[in-house]
Amino acid sequence: MSTATVGDLVSQPYKYGFVTDIETDKIAKGLDGDVVRLISAKKSEPPFLLNFRLKAFRQWQQMREPDWAQLGYPAIDYQDMVYYAAPRQQAKKASLDEVDPKLLETFEKLGIPLSEQKRLSNVAVDAVFDSVSIATTFREQLAEHGVIFCSISEAVKEYPDLIEKYLGTVVPGNDNFFAALNSAVFSDGSFVFIPKGVACPMELSTYFRINSGDTGQFERTLIVAEEGASVSYLEGCTAPMFDTNQLHAAVVELVALDDATIKYSTVQNWYAGDENGVGGIYNFVTKRGQCRGDRSKISWTQVETGSAITWKYPSCVLQGEDSVGEFYSVALTNNRQQADTGTKMVHVGPRTRSTIVSKGISAGHSSNSYRGLVQIGPKAQGARNYSQCDSMLIGDQAAANTYPYIRCQQPDAAIEHEASTCRISADQLFYLQSRGIGFEEAISMMVSGFCRDVFNQLPLEFAAEADKLLALKLEGSVG
Amino acid sequence: MICPDAPVLLEIRDLQAAVDDQPILKGVNLTIRAGEIHAVMGRNGSGKSTLSKVLAGHPAYTVTGGSVHYRGNDLLDLAPEQRARIGLFLGFQYPVEIPGVSNLEFLRVATNARRSEGGLEELDTFAFEDLVRERLEVVKMDPAFLERSVNEGFSGGEKKRNEILQMALLEPLVAILDETDSGLDIDALRIVAGGVNQLASPENATLLITHYQRLLDLITPDYVHVMAAGRILRSGGRELALELERTGYDWVDQELERFAAEGQQTGRAPLEVG
Repeated sequence: MSTATVGDLVSQPYKYGFVTDIETDKIAKGLDGDVVRLISAKKSEPPFLLNFRLKAFRQWQQMREPDWAQLGYPAIDYQDMVYYAAPRQQAKKASLDEVDPKLLETFEKLGIPLSEQKRLSNVAVDAVFDSVSIATTFREQLAEHGVIFCSISEAVKEYPDLIEKYLGTVVPGNDNFFAALNSAVFSDGSFVFIPKGVACPMELSTYFRINSGDTGQFERTLIVAEEGASVSYLEGCTAPMFDTNQLHAAVVELVALDDATIKYSTVQNWYAGDENGVGGIYNFVTKRGQCRGDRSKISWTQVETGSAITWKYPSCVLQGEDSVGEFYSVALTNNRQQADTGTKMVHVGPRTRSTIVSKGISAGHSSNSYRGLVQIGPKAQGARNYSQCDSMLIGDQAAANTYPYIRCQQPDAAIEHEASTCRISADQLFYLQSRGIGFEEAISMMVSGFCRDVFNQLPLEFAAEADKLLALKLEGSVG
Repeated sequence: MICPDAPVLLEIRDLQAAVDDQPILKGVNLTIRAGEIHAVMGRNGSGKSTLSKVLAGHPAYTVTGGSVHYRGNDLLDLAPEQRARIGLFLGFQYPVEIPGVSNLEFLRVATNARRSEGGLEELDTFAFEDLVRERLEVVKMDPAFLERSVNEGFSGGEKKRNEILQMALLEPLVAILDETDSGLDIDALRIVAGGVNQLASPENATLLITHYQRLLDLITPDYVHVMAAGRILRSGGRELALELERTGYDWVDQELERFAAEGQQTGRAPLEVG
């Protein structure tokens, strides 16, 4: 019989695993104060930023790597990696024609065409290769609306006042071990500024590509939406297949002033390692948004499919009155992947509201944990939270955990938490098969059905892609 | 409708199957021609539900001997989805719930899988809506059920109607209905049986698996087979079902013992029917 029974299928190879052969400007391995100074000097940064880095570095040296997550991995040797790598080319090019064609080709292969003829018409892209941004599309068109979208290195040079005003105000340099490391050595990332009253006319997107095998990637993203402004931003990422692990420790800060809305979506597809857990990215990311203004709103949507290790809790600090925080997440783990991910909703202001919808899918021998905090402060009268955490198990070797933390100091608050666990059963698969639906399509139908609430939140252009990505990741995973 | 010259749709020969190394089917023989309605009756544990699952290709069952030919081709060689696409249908005794998967979308994907196998054009969402609304009539089902997840929160009767709706859309050549009558009140039973009668034609065949006579009051079988201990013990016309209704299954046990004794002496399968 030719039926693929549960556990029979082989994994789909990771299709972004190629390495671009390009000359790189790399500094020596290891990390000390001089390395931090060297990075800052390479980027000709103003003194305030060097000081920010050095202060964070000193604090990092005093800090310990967190060990509370449901993750197991060998100790990371922070002296055995390169903290700055850039494709060798002159400073950022004025036009795409001057960018090394190899780089353009790399992004094209990843499905992110940057050239004027081919690029997506309604999405502006900042393409980051190892430690630097190589191109940002639609900059001029956006500038006409007063929207700033560029790499953070350029922003440091061109808009130092904005950077000094906002950088490190949501995630301070000493926030946690990985954020401190990032603050000391961050190389590039994106900067978005939407001025008062402007609705950003197109989707903004940053695409991160790790290329070097021994390089850590530490990008930093800062998005500021002034009063009444709104923006939708999407982040994508891939990496080559190496049999070593690469560290990715990013920081994302969002600031929303009165009546502003920021929607931040991530489709994370870093290399996850092979089926035995060799290789893959260690993803330790700090993402936090601050709803500073009244009636402001920050919405996180994430589809986490890659990385060997994921440690990530996109959070909202709801300061402004009536501000809203949202977190929609699909985290899929397969083979030996481990994910400990969730969110923090910190209600400070009165009548603040938050929604958490988390869908964890664990297949193979993977482990998938949701960890979330809902905190209601003493001044948050009338605050409300709704949380829903669903886990789906595929096969009988995978693990799913849920760790909800609730701290409430306001008797007037309402907090709801729903959780469920389900499993794709052989009988469900057989039922769909007996109606002519193929085995893998049957699994993919059930998984996308499970994730629908989250996919509905993604920008339209990416929802279908996320669906496909999940199907691809699950191909052969059922075991 | 008995038509001795009609083409053979399903030919089961000495079919043996096991689950977890436990033999369940011990040599089933059955020939089904186009236009015929067969009923397989028997006690719980007689192997009649196993027969339906083996025919549909459930992975939990291992075929250990014998053959099944569907329109002359080896059926056992095909994946379950392929069997469905070429026109074999299993109506489940307990249709599973599939949360998150829209019933309408599921019906459309299934219908199109069957259509493209038959060389027909796939239906887009609009054309499919028209078709499904027409077929809803067969089981008098509320269109609201299309918007829900597959079988989720459906009552027993609604689940069975959804099964017959699928049958109406897939237009199988051989429909196996496994205890379709179980858990139905009399009104639902009438609707479901009415649907099955409406769908029966000289081109297709129906295999009813049932415990009770009451379904056969509404769907008249051409042949009745009594199953026990993994074999078809006796075959006959509809009067066999009436006899069972009158006398119960006790005689089956006696007959079984007798055959077992004979079988030991001769070393042969006790009965051949077809």
